[in-house]
Amino acid sequence: MPADIYLNVAIGGVLTGLVYGLMALGLSVIFGVVRVVNFAHGEMMTIAMYIAVTLFGAFHLDPLLMLVPIAAVLFAFGYVLQAGLINAFITRPEHTQFLLLVALAIIIVNVQLILFGPDAQNVQTSYSYDSFQIGALIVDATKAYAGAAAIVVAAALFTFFKYTRVGTAIRACADNYTGALVVGLDVRHLYALTFGLGAACVGAAGVMLVLIVDVTPSLGPAYTLLAFVIVITGGLGSMPGALLGGVLIGLTEAMAGLLFTPSAKSMFAFAILVLVLLFRPQGIMGKRAA
Amino acid sequence: MIARLIEGVPRRALILLGVLLLGLIMAPLVASDYLLTVLILILYFAYTGQAWNIMMGFAGQLSLGHALYVGLGAYTAATLYVHFGIGPWIGLLVAVPVAALAGAFVGFLAFRFRVAGVYFAILTIAVAEFARVGFDHLNWTSGSSGLFLPVAQYTHNDLWNLRGHPAMFYYILLAATVLAFIGCRALLKSRIGYFWLAIREDEEAARSAGIDTFHYKMAAVVISAAMTSFAGVIYAFFYNNLFPEQVFHIVRSIEIILGPIVGGIGTLFGPILGAFVLTGLAETLTAALAAAGVDLPGTKQVFYGICLLLVIMALPDGIWPWLCKRIGLAEREK
Repeated sequence: MPADIYLNVAIGGVLTGLVYGLMALGLSVIFGVVRVVNFAHGEMMTIAMYIAVTLFGAFHLDPLLMLVPIAAVLFAFGYVLQAGLINAFITRPEHTQFLLLVALAIIIVNVQLILFGPDAQNVQTSYSYDSFQIGALIVDATKAYAGAAAIVVAAALFTFFKYTRVGTAIRACADNYTGALVVGLDVRHLYALTFGLGAACVGAAGVMLVLIVDVTPSLGPAYTLLAFVIVITGGLGSMPGALLGGVLIGLTEAMAGLLFTPSAKSMFAFAILVLVLLFRPQGIMGKRAA
Repeated sequence: MIARLIEGVPRRALILLGVLLLGLIMAPLVASDYLLTVLILILYFAYTGQAWNIMMGFAGQLSLGHALYVGLGAYTAATLYVHFGIGPWIGLLVAVPVAALAGAFVGFLAFRFRVAGVYFAILTIAVAEFARVGFDHLNWTSGSSGLFLPVAQYTHNDLWNLRGHPAMFYYILLAATVLAFIGCRALLKSRIGYFWLAIREDEEAARSAGIDTFHYKMAAVVISAAMTSFAGVIYAFFYNNLFPEQVFHIVRSIEIILGPIVGGIGTLFGPILGAFVLTGLAETLTAALAAAGVDLPGTKQVFYGICLLLVIMALPDGIWPWLCKRIGLAEREK
């Protein structure tokens, strides 16, 4: 095989990895602040994917244009979920939270199965088969758009957390729950806001991913797992870590698919996870709290 | 020994246990084939739930990858049978150590490198998923196209080769469930059990008190894995077919742990009660939807998910602790 095939596949992997990173960023934000592991994360992403597919099918709306509205819908979903259901569970043991979110995941997957059936669905845009040629490199247009959009959304989120008052307040909750209560922050509202933001992230990732992969109801659990792998690889609670982890896993999967067989690619992602847990349990960019 | 095991258990609880056991022993005499299959499923989940409970309920280590041990047990015994004609009871002598080794591997990775809590849970998922994809590509066990055991006619029960009527599997699983129940009670009443509870409640404090927490957490994983693998062997010989996609899938792991959580984590009777409640619920939903003429795939699981949600919201500690208070059984029967 000529060398540029490797390079082309690697770039495709990195771009897909950016979308993975955005998905994992949502999980990381939720865990970093609310301290709840969202076991329904991939399932929430498929909600966004199905909304995008349905809107495209009915009104021919380009997923990339629907990015913000769909992310807003997911934000509302996440906010209501945290405010109505999960807030009551934040002080309960981990396995109780786990069961709550697994039950939610089961419901989401099967409601989708009832509504959309088990068959794979996708979006065929006018630019689905376009590509950019840069020298010897060929980059899929969809992957390029998706990767660029992932960077924009992630940058917006960084800015929000770093420079706005609400973002600072949320970071205060994450640093010290009791302290945040003492200074009079409405922690429950901020938690709901955070879960909403995490859901919006994964929603945006879903809208972009629908350009790259077909959606089925069973995709949810697989992507929940993938998000875990990425977040732990990058460092739970670290925002740059999630993006970096996403790129690393995306690249690994692409290369494994090229060099071995595509069906074995997730094995390599899990192998990376085990190695990271062994040699750097806090993740590549993570800081270990106690 | 027996006196120590039943010490502190109220007489009423013993009588209830006796009645339940008697009922389960008599059940195959009256149960239809369908009901017997449901009961086998219940006992399978009661047994594996009990095994999982040792890790989570006693030692406080959340494993979300117990399908790994089921799968290794199933594949080891089935492969020995298919390739070398070695019967399941001899195969067990290999399958259990294989699963125990896998448990030791997971435990060693996690506990040596202080991987705890959520990280530990996800490590267990990762190892199970790794095994799933690995077995998918392992030609010796026919990979993703599945491993099939020669199917037997139900003319007679061959206990030695585990070929025969479902009732035989039912009694094997019943015996295993009873032994696991008694064994867990014995473990809880022994030194190791108290150490586990100490680790579960406060690992830091347990270590300060001089408990070798690494050693006892390892013991919990290895015992739990070894116990679980027996269920895997039975699974292989009952269903006669194995697919990595099914056996090692995370959904299988979740199924195992739902029973103990719903029944009451850390309790001895919780896994059994949870298995009855959840399997009963699933089968009732199937029957109810069939009666209502609904055959839309996914409907049953939606209701199942809603029921889980309601149970965990209403009874976060599980059904058994709540029931214990209701029917006035002593709190000492943990």
